[in-house]
Amino acid sequence: MRLYRNLRIKQKQIVWAWAFLAVPVLFYVVIRFYPTGNAIIISFQDWNLLGARTWTGLDNYITLWNDPVFWKVFKNTFAYLLIGTPVSLVLSFIIAYHLDKLRFLHGFLRLLYFLPFMTSAVAMAWVWRWFYQAVPIGLFNNILASFGIAQIEFLNSTTNSLPAVLAPAIWAGLGFQVIIFMAGIRAIPTSYYEAARIDGVGWWTILTQITIPLLRPTIVFIVVFSSIGFLRIFDLVFNMTTNNPGGPLNATKPLVLMIYDTAFNGFNMGYAAAQTVVLFTILLVVSLLQLFLLRSK
Amino acid sequence: MTVTDIIRPSSADVFDKKRPKKPRNMGQIIRWLVLFTGGVLMVMPIAYMISTSLKWPHEVYNVNLIPVEPTVDNYTYVLEDGRFYMWFINSGIIATITTISNLFFDSLVGYTLCKFRFPGRTIVFIAILSTLMIPTEMLVIPWYLMSQQFGWLDSYWGIMFPGLMTGFGTFLMKQFFESVPDDFIEAARIDGLNELQIWWTVAMPLVRPALAALAIFVFLGNWTAFLWPLIVTNSTDMYTIPVGLSGFGDEADVAWELIMTGAAISTIPTLIVFLIFQRFIIRGVVMAGLKG
Repeated sequence: MRLYRNLRIKQKQIVWAWAFLAVPVLFYVVIRFYPTGNAIIISFQDWNLLGARTWTGLDNYITLWNDPVFWKVFKNTFAYLLIGTPVSLVLSFIIAYHLDKLRFLHGFLRLLYFLPFMTSAVAMAWVWRWFYQAVPIGLFNNILASFGIAQIEFLNSTTNSLPAVLAPAIWAGLGFQVIIFMAGIRAIPTSYYEAARIDGVGWWTILTQITIPLLRPTIVFIVVFSSIGFLRIFDLVFNMTTNNPGGPLNATKPLVLMIYDTAFNGFNMGYAAAQTVVLFTILLVVSLLQLFLLRSK
Repeated sequence: MTVTDIIRPSSADVFDKKRPKKPRNMGQIIRWLVLFTGGVLMVMPIAYMISTSLKWPHEVYNVNLIPVEPTVDNYTYVLEDGRFYMWFINSGIIATITTISNLFFDSLVGYTLCKFRFPGRTIVFIAILSTLMIPTEMLVIPWYLMSQQFGWLDSYWGIMFPGLMTGFGTFLMKQFFESVPDDFIEAARIDGLNELQIWWTVAMPLVRPALAALAIFVFLGNWTAFLWPLIVTNSTDMYTIPVGLSGFGDEADVAWELIMTGAAISTIPTLIVFLIFQRFIIRGVVMAGLKG
């Protein structure tokens, strides 16, 4: 105690700071950094959880490169990203743009769009799975049938199942993006619009020359946020196809599901770790791209 | 003007700004109707989930939204089974403890990184920030091995430990502590408070809106978490609601009214919380989204 009293204010601050940080720093080292390194190390090993860990160098990565399932999964993962991100971006912008111009029951409308964001993916996966069933069970096909339209195979089809799994993912994230877009739109100073009104320019010019350019940071944020979400899609796919994980002929299987299968059904830890390193690399590239896009003006 | 007014982040105020009222015309009415229809379609999956959970089995395949003879039989059946009750408690305990831990540690670390000058500050900050880049999926295999080694598998601690602190929360809190004036802290120091007291009694009350936003995010995230609880639990007693529901769906097979009841039980609490704190939560989402 005397030792502490003799310290200068600045030195006391250092003692306090490290006292506050001791437990958290230990946590981050043990629960975040050590496992990260461990995952990378395991990716160079062959290990089935019971036997010995043997070094195999790049074998896991070479196997992955030559694995047709991996390329199918890779394609699926990017299909989720490349369809999901633009569709949800455009939809949420259109909704936010128009919702912003309404005052009557504005809060109520916003509530309707935001509500799906508060649900759990597992619960909604089962709801949508029921919607997609064939006549006489599934809601969608029942509605189609009542109009005399032919049935659609949703989850059992190799072509329709991926969009069918993607739809609830877009649906659930839409509300969040609408809210972020509206905040972005409202943060644009009204003076820009007043100046435009004085100049008498049309709404299309205002939209493309003022609103969208000034929303750039918001757009970049939403694109990156939703891209990462689509690249990591798992809960919905797993639960919509529990009877046949990954859909017919792996038609819906994303990378995270492949990782889960390899590690916890196949117990091929090394191979699964190599897949997680690939996922990490993809996410890193997407995040760095964001930094790059935000910096260049 | 009170202190909270000064430091409330401006981005949160965007929803309070009143827009000048425009005269209603045909275009506005059409716009409203289209958006209203879209909004109704958005809540349809939730509405059908609840409606089906209130239907008798023979009525499930009808497309009518309002049940002809509503019944709570499905709820009685699912809850009497006992497992959902248990999973509900498990999820509640885990989400609550994780939330408290995040509120405490994320704000403590955020505060320290924001208001203290000490050697190693930048390194700690960059290190914690860099954890945002590491996806959970990469860590589940090492976490699993760790849990196996220390006997954490199939326990509350095993489910909780990865989420007790987050880089996101730390970063969010650091951003908000920036708005706490240094003068306040200096004044408290002169008054003879120690650093722990200053953090807890001076700084923390000033960032209450941010704490609330963080609490919502962490709680919701843990309530709906699926991948890690699925991996780490293996006895029915330890399942969380999403893991339990996933298994229950398979087991109930085609009894869709029961599956919808399970889904409703897992969703309704978050919906109720949302409806009560709606304005507040949306503001929190914007704050976290733009600052975090």
